[in-house]
Amino acid sequence: MLLSNLEIIPGQRITKHLGLVQGSSVRAKHVGRDLMASLKNIFGGELKGYTELLQESRAEAVDRMEQQAKAIGANAVLNIRFSTSSVAAGAAELFAYGTAVILE
Amino acid sequence: MIDLIIFASLLALGYFFGRMAETRHYKSIIKREKALARIPVLATKIPDLSIKPQHTILVTGSVVISVDYFKRFLAGLRNIIGGRVKSYESLVDRARREAILRMKEQARVKGANLIFNVKLETSSISQGRGIGSVEVLAYGTAFID
Repeated sequence: MLLSNLEIIPGQRITKHLGLVQGSSVRAKHVGRDLMASLKNIFGGELKGYTELLQESRAEAVDRMEQQAKAIGANAVLNIRFSTSSVAAGAAELFAYGTAVILE
Repeated sequence: MIDLIIFASLLALGYFFGRMAETRHYKSIIKREKALARIPVLATKIPDLSIKPQHTILVTGSVVISVDYFKRFLAGLRNIIGGRVKSYESLVDRARREAILRMKEQARVKGANLIFNVKLETSSISQGRGIGSVEVLAYGTAFID
């Protein structure tokens, strides 16, 4: 599965557009990470636990999008966008969407 | 009285450690930016069609950075007077440059020599009130040939 945030892949022709595919993942952080984060809020610096948490959930969102694209018979997802929104205090939604296409 | 002592020591801790962390981080950013300067990062949406890469892959880089207690206090004061909030400017600057560097690092590992259509996304991971920390995500399409 080819994933890209470009609209056109040079050297490859799109034979069919299959429409929008999307994947999302809502995660909350656990108490331990939260505690470390509040310490870091005093000293400043990178919150590694959060970085990892968000990376994992973003990877999951992309994975779900890929599954959806596979299910409708696409071999590539183009023009991928990411978006993040905080749903509730302590939880974030990571969302990925793009256009499923068939490349020749 | 106790409250005041706690507040003052938090300010002092935030000032020293925060400043140390920021200086160290900037040093490492500048060093890595020089090392990765040979991979150009372009915000161009439609690439030059004469470039025919073997593969293209999606590369991402993200980081969550928190501001320290001292700077948060300064920003709170700044909220009263208004004007440039320098303490948050350096926070988002560091976060963006770090995210771009991580994206470039991923591209380098995969053997890419060009990254197209780079998008940056910033979101605040708030801890109750206002900005405590920001997450920056950088993503783009890397060309490998």
